Amino acid sequence: MKHVLGAVGASCLLLAVPAMAETTLTIATVNNGDMIRMQGLTAEFTKKNPDITVKWVTLEENVLRQRVTTDIATKGGQFDVLTIGTYEVPIWAKKGWLVPLANLGADYDVADLLPKIKDAVSVDGKLYAAPFYGESSMVMYRTDLFEKAGLKMPEKPTWDFVVDAAKKLTDKSAGTYGICLRGKAGWGENMAFLSAMANSYGARWFDEKWQPQFNTPEWKTTLTTYVNLMKDAGPPGASSNGFNENLALFNAGKCAMWIDATVAASFVTNPKDSKVADKVGFALAPNTGLGKNANWLWAWNLAIPAGSKKADAAEKFIAWATSKDYTKLVASKDGWANVPPGTRTSLYQNPEYLKVAPFAKLTLASIDAADPNKPTVKPVPYVGVQYAAIPEFQGIGTQVGQQFSAALAGSMTVDAALAAAQSATEREMKRAGYIK
Amino acid sequence: MARMATTRRVVISTIGAWFFGFLIFFPILWMVLTSFKTELEAFAIPPSFLFFHWTTENYVTVQERSDYFHHALNSVIIAGGSTLIALLIAIPAAWSMAFSPTKRTKDILLWMLSTKMMPPVGVLVPIYLIYKSFGLLDSRIGLVFILCLGNLPIVIWMLFTYFKEIPRDILEAARMDGATIGRELVYVLTPMAIPGLASTMLLNLILAWNEAFWTLNLSTSNAAPLTTFIASYSSPEGLFWAKLSAASTLAIAPILVLGWFSQKQLVRGLTFGAVK
Repeated sequence: MKHVLGAVGASCLLLAVPAMAETTLTIATVNNGDMIRMQGLTAEFTKKNPDITVKWVTLEENVLRQRVTTDIATKGGQFDVLTIGTYEVPIWAKKGWLVPLANLGADYDVADLLPKIKDAVSVDGKLYAAPFYGESSMVMYRTDLFEKAGLKMPEKPTWDFVVDAAKKLTDKSAGTYGICLRGKAGWGENMAFLSAMANSYGARWFDEKWQPQFNTPEWKTTLTTYVNLMKDAGPPGASSNGFNENLALFNAGKCAMWIDATVAASFVTNPKDSKVADKVGFALAPNTGLGKNANWLWAWNLAIPAGSKKADAAEKFIAWATSKDYTKLVASKDGWANVPPGTRTSLYQNPEYLKVAPFAKLTLASIDAADPNKPTVKPVPYVGVQYAAIPEFQGIGTQVGQQFSAALAGSMTVDAALAAAQSATEREMKRAGYIK
Repeated sequence: MARMATTRRVVISTIGAWFFGFLIFFPILWMVLTSFKTELEAFAIPPSFLFFHWTTENYVTVQERSDYFHHALNSVIIAGGSTLIALLIAIPAAWSMAFSPTKRTKDILLWMLSTKMMPPVGVLVPIYLIYKSFGLLDSRIGLVFILCLGNLPIVIWMLFTYFKEIPRDILEAARMDGATIGRELVYVLTPMAIPGLASTMLLNLILAWNEAFWTLNLSTSNAAPLTTFIASYSSPEGLFWAKLSAASTLAIAPILVLGWFSQKQLVRGLTFGAVK
């Protein structure tokens, strides 16, 4: 059997030899609109770099994470460019899994990257990934319904206002609900929203000594407000709603308010997909006057795994895909409304972009208002607004998310959900050695 | 009176059978319907069943964006290859265990089955490292190999039970007539076991076709079968159900057609030995 495998291995190597003349990059990515567009524009890159060919591997987010982690941990070298989130960048960089990006080229203009986004993908001042598109979260609301109810959305709403307005705007018989929020369990689903909301209420995931904080009054207020608000003014079955479900509800005109990713703004204002495209207003995510808004910070980034043997070509591709010229290229092909948002200061100074993107100002303000290095009112030992950038967070976040989703569905009380979240998190943190 | 009761029973059981058949088929039907909707309609609440604006734009998009035939060919090679090799190994194994059992035959069978009890993710990293060393990552032969190994216990078990149903007397009679082991296998055993072989083959083919863990984890692009083709249409930020349904419909189409044509064999094989 060994011989057979050896022979197979040898023949694979032989077959690979002719391909060495030109470099083939394998790029792993997720199926988001901006990435698909990048895939479509690959020819523009290979035209400029005739010695490089590009192969795309598109996978579902969680599958991609698992697939890429296996490859990177075993130094499998199957991928040359990875699409990863801001959550992975600091963790993987510290493990030595990513190649620092030092040769992006003279005209790349690193200083033009939005400072908050740049911080999120840097470790010890070195850039380990280049942001492809960035997002925060904000309030999207129906201007027509607000007008009808005689309400006026402030630019920086408080939670009291949002709760009150949501109740007033709910008309269950007509099928309009005051507010749509994420409820589907998952660290990147309901917990992204709830962690950011908790930050605005002065809560935090861990204290300075990594002790979980779900037994604090701040978390109780957060979760009680959320559950009651959704009970009074949310759509039915909210505990299974994630980003996509809420997007569909909002586009169908069922939600008066929706607090979610800033990238949604371009979807809800697109008349092709949205019934309410011309009736949407934007505001910062709500606060409680403690100095933090309930908004997160996220970016999808391109990075090079340490196992790649084609780091130079990979860096060339990354420099191309995250450059100012790429933005211009997209604008020339698909219009300014479709350029990847949230990574560069220059984009938000571009009058052509500002003209077609009514949400640009608020997106920028939201990104600026989130600080991954100082996400909460009280000090914390972790980096990350809607997550804690430690490897254990994915598991813990999803477990806690399930408890909170159950509280929203009504199969559990708020107190029981918080107690379960506390004990589950304590157990995992003890197991991982953060606390004794 | 008796006749009426029988008629009524037939009607009721027919309606019942259709009802349950429809219930089981419904998810697939829903997927096919969704693949003809627009993304917005795919998400509509309340969902529309038949009266929506039918469109084939999802199929067009899927065709434009990915190379369906490349993935389909990989699926055929991987599923077909692994099934063929598994049968080649399993037929002699099951034959020897069925017709010349030893004291340890039961234990060996159980031991084989026990390899299926371990979750595959438990051996992902060691297998990945082995594949990396042998240059088998993202190769069709590597996937054929792993799927073949993964399904071998089931194939041997199924064939073993079919073979056991074949009366030994017939084989003895053949031997009395001077048949060699080879002739006995080819002319006596195989014709009698064809329904069993066919259904084992089909089941294995379907299992290998649908296998998503190893195919997703050990392939990137060259050897990527239809499972990765489907996985590329799910999106964390953006509506995707209609396109995902179109991709899934395309992915199951070949195996569905194959299942249709061999339905008779499949049912016969699966119920083989149930009535003595």
